[in-house]
Amino acid sequence: MTATQDRPATEIGKDRRRKEDQRLITGRTRWTDNITLPGMLHMAMVRSPFAHATITSIDTEAAKASTNVVAVLSGKDFGDELGVCINAWPITPDQKTPGHSPMPADRVAFAGEIVAVVVARTAAEARDAAELVDVEYDELPAVVGIKKALTDEVLAHPDLGTNKSALWVFDSAEAGTGTDVEAAIATARTDGIVIERDYRQQRLIPAFMEPRSVVVDPTGEQITMWSATQIPHILRFALAATTGVPESKIRVIAPDVGGGFGGKLQATPEEWIAWAVARRLSRPVKYTETRSESLMAAHHGRDQVQTLTLAADKEGKVTALRVHLDADLGAYIALVGGGVPVLGAFMFNAIYKFPAYRFECQTVLTNTTFTDAYRGAGRPEATYAIERLMDELAAEVGVDPLEIRERNWIKHEEFPFTTVAGLEYDSGNYEAATALAKESFGYDALRAEQKERRDRGDRVQLGIGVSTFTEMCGLAPSRVLGSLDYGAGGWEHASVRMLATGKVEVVTGTSAHGQGHETAFSQIVADRLGVPFEDVEVLHGDTQVAHRGLDTYGSRSLVVGGEALVQAVDKVIDKARHLASHLLEASQDDLDYADGKFTVRGTDQGVAIQELATATFTGHNYPDDMELSIDAEATYDPVNFNYPHGTHLCAMEVDTETGAVKMRKYTCCDDIGNIINPLIVAGQVHGGLVQGIAQALWEEAVHDEAGTLVSGSFVDYLLPTAADTISFDVQHTQEPSVCTTNTLGTKGVGEAGTIASTPAVVNAVVDAVRHLGINDIQMPCTPERVWRAIEDSRAGGATETPPDAMPHFAEGEANQDSTDGAGQ
Amino acid sequence: MIPVQFDYLAPTSVEEALAALGQHGDDAKILAGGQSLLPVLRMRLNAPEVVIDLGGISSLRGIRDDGDALVIGAMTTHHDVRDDSLVKEHALLLSKAAAEVADSQIRHRGTFGGALAHADPAGDLGAPALALGAQFVIAGPGGSRTVDAADFFVDLFETAIGDDEILTEVRIPKHTGWGAHYEKFVRVAHQWPIVAVAATVRGSIDEARVGLTNMGSTPLRATATEQALAGASATEDGVREASQLAAEGTNPPSDLNGAADYRQHLARVLTGRAVLKAAGA
Ligand SMILES: Cc1cc2nc3c(=O)[nH]c(=O)nc-3n(C[C@H](O)[C@H](O)[C@H](O)COP(=O)(O)OP(=O)(O)OC[C@H]3O[C@@H](n4cnc5c(N)ncnc54)[C@H](O)[C@@H]3O)c2cc1C
Repeated sequence: MTATQDRPATEIGKDRRRKEDQRLITGRTRWTDNITLPGMLHMAMVRSPFAHATITSIDTEAAKASTNVVAVLSGKDFGDELGVCINAWPITPDQKTPGHSPMPADRVAFAGEIVAVVVARTAAEARDAAELVDVEYDELPAVVGIKKALTDEVLAHPDLGTNKSALWVFDSAEAGTGTDVEAAIATARTDGIVIERDYRQQRLIPAFMEPRSVVVDPTGEQITMWSATQIPHILRFALAATTGVPESKIRVIAPDVGGGFGGKLQATPEEWIAWAVARRLSRPVKYTETRSESLMAAHHGRDQVQTLTLAADKEGKVTALRVHLDADLGAYIALVGGGVPVLGAFMFNAIYKFPAYRFECQTVLTNTTFTDAYRGAGRPEATYAIERLMDELAAEVGVDPLEIRERNWIKHEEFPFTTVAGLEYDSGNYEAATALAKESFGYDALRAEQKERRDRGDRVQLGIGVSTFTEMCGLAPSRVLGSLDYGAGGWEHASVRMLATGKVEVVTGTSAHGQGHETAFSQIVADRLGVPFEDVEVLHGDTQVAHRGLDTYGSRSLVVGGEALVQAVDKVIDKARHLASHLLEASQDDLDYADGKFTVRGTDQGVAIQELATATFTGHNYPDDMELSIDAEATYDPVNFNYPHGTHLCAMEVDTETGAVKMRKYTCCDDIGNIINPLIVAGQVHGGLVQGIAQALWEEAVHDEAGTLVSGSFVDYLLPTAADTISFDVQHTQEPSVCTTNTLGTKGVGEAGTIASTPAVVNAVVDAVRHLGINDIQMPCTPERVWRAIEDSRAGGATETPPDAMPHFAEGEANQDSTDGAGQ
Repeated sequence: MIPVQFDYLAPTSVEEALAALGQHGDDAKILAGGQSLLPVLRMRLNAPEVVIDLGGISSLRGIRDDGDALVIGAMTTHHDVRDDSLVKEHALLLSKAAAEVADSQIRHRGTFGGALAHADPAGDLGAPALALGAQFVIAGPGGSRTVDAADFFVDLFETAIGDDEILTEVRIPKHTGWGAHYEKFVRVAHQWPIVAVAATVRGSIDEARVGLTNMGSTPLRATATEQALAGASATEDGVREASQLAAEGTNPPSDLNGAADYRQHLARVLTGRAVLKAAGA
């Protein structure tokens, strides 16, 4: 038993190195692909090269005759046992939802869709035989791109009669949370400022490090699925709901998982096929995708066109915001596919006091890879739109972009504040975060340098971009999710097991895939229970171990899962108090609990929590009215989201001759409430920033007109590495605005960097060339796009901001009208 | 990412390798550093029955002084080309270009000969080799022949090397004392060039050689620019007119990284920069 006095004063707030890192980094652990079971077979998928086609025949003879092939199966070979891929969030009652079979028998709707599976004794033999499966297709016209889909001339699913899936609307006048947008816009047209823009959120690929992998073992009492997933609990529920196997017969394990970013928040065709094949053959099977398959067939993210109208008075006080989104769902409505843009609905008003707001989202179906959550899910899109618009408004009014924000933001003494979207922000201090960011960034000096460069017409111009973001995270209050027609709740569960030797196992229903839960949760338990950090083991990701849980996404694990853990620990202490009072022969009222020990006030008598755990093991001496255990569990359903915020400042250099952009400085000051482990927070912020910056500058998934993914490898889908980024200046305010709705006072940080950074970067790029008459550059801001914007401004000689919206459907733009993807 | 099954041969001499090539013909593929071949095999874009690994032939590795030329063995890695003192002294441009190939891991595996034999128009070594007037020594069943750079690069991924031949070494005429710069334009660090310019100059500026990467289906030489640079002064104004000629006769691709007209613009801008840096200006 470890002595409690060895424990440092407090664990919370310490830069603990992550205890899980050694095994994760060396790979000496149970990644799904490392799992090998006796008699296990391997699967390879046959995928459609066409975006839209009828399957006319599948000849499997040659493949079946290939060495060590055990079975070749197509959609026709399965009936209901294959189940279906579900959409858990129909956003409107009349949403048009195409049926989504994991392996359709008749028609494929995107390039990369699975039409047959080969099962063999080795992965290589399965792959070889997959090439021998002869599939004949009748190609159908494919619809690619939002604009084409909206015309309904070519249908992604002819039987639906339209590509328009659902229209979701929020209107502050109707909801009673604000006034009427149309009236405000009309007023502003005559006596104020109206800014109209179309912004495009390009399609992105989550590109997690570990490709998806699944193993299914149908032997034993429960059928076990190991999967590289973020959501073992939701998977178990969905498997039971769609394949007819009782939930009690299903065990799902997410072993160590190498990243997800929302990309593994999915119930995938591959998992469902592995499930069906293992059951059919009564043999364990494994499937691990190749990187090419991952880029093509794992869900994509973002892909919206935003049509925006911002109305303000002449001083730049915003009077209304109207948002219309067209969001590309791809070929099917994935698990929470339609809901992602809706999550953004509540965030377009951001940190501001807008009196009137209207949001419409039209979801459309196309013959492309289905889209779903990607880090930030809905909130980066919203933040991008509003933070770009606020910069445009500042330019229009002729004031500094920070000044225009301050004129509109919620002041720190105004919290709690109910927004025009109907959310109650509990706490925040935008003034403090902005002041610190500005100082650390050296804002005034960089502005001065910008002016100098402009004045001397330097080949390299400097731009400064601002993003003062907030987000709603910690998904989520279950009742709120219910009111949005989401198919599940947002609570979380935890239990604490006090082992006989005084060590502690805690079980969480969240499912880490790189976040560092084992370390952060151990710190929380160590402090709260008063035991050494090293004595706490965090268990997760196995439905046999953690029977209740809603997994990890939406920056929820700490703020929801951590809070459930705190409540479970408090119950342990309550139960232990009863036993302590019996053993110490003292009244419970005379006991103090500190540093893992009950002491009798005014005496030197005491008993450690570890001794009490041992006492429940021996059971030799305990009160009659006590159940012989101090273990406890708790389910926590948050009463509100939480609202981290921050001020991000970015300086970009633009080479006006080549269009090349280069980051000069990036400062962020995030207010995320209390911080459990600053090192982990820094990791989340750094990684998040890079992903957001990558959307601004590098990443874009492009399909050609036929629906083939052109950016199908990392040669064309550009992920940045450390060599492409700079050292970020990461700040936090000294006195954070703590979350008032959880006891730890924490706010989510998993998505913050991604949400905030994209507009900061694009604002900086645009700011660098705004004096040339440029007010927008489409993402990613490739050198070619920047150069063309500069060339066009020279040709037109325009120095005024054009009054109408900037069209984003320029002829020849990738993913829109034409196919070359060349950008022009 | 599992290649189709193949047999693996590891000859220890060029003769042995040629004999194996002769025996298997079309069904065989030469393996050098594998940095281009392995991705092709793993993506199943090619499925040779036999892979002949040159890694065991020590005579193909290394750099030696041969009077008025340097001789670089085909199996010399990018890393070694970059760091070699003979190369730095007599063909600085090659050292500079090799330093820009991919990343450190790939430079330790990928080879000079492999990269040139692969003849990817976006490869970083073709344009410098062309600019320096390299000569390619190719061994075949009937002995060795030497091919000039101008005739070596035939088309996209196509060279003068026959199916039954092996590139054994590359002779680089010495450019002792010439200044050099390789200006590579990329969006992320580990990328193949969108456009790159290889420039080497004698004096400032008595004579210049300029090669262009990814401006056509083979590496190209900016001959008009070279001519205009002879006798020009190494100043922005001095090279501007010459670099404006850099895109003449080029036929660059259009892809996600840029359309042809943008690449031509880049070629002009980057040529000016490369020449100035090569001249130490
Ligand atoms: C991620 C990545 C990034 C890269 N980035 C760049 C870059 O930025 N710039 C760049 O220039 N290159 C880049 N490369 C390619 C790299 O330079 C390769 O090393 C080079 O293209 C091929 O050399 P190799 O020795 O690996 O040849 P291999 O891959 O072994 O062979 C390539 C081809 O040449 C043939 N071949 C090889 N040697 C001979 C010979 N002696 N005689 C006849 N035929 C032969 C082979 O049969 C094969 O067809 C990159 C590669 C990777 C994987």
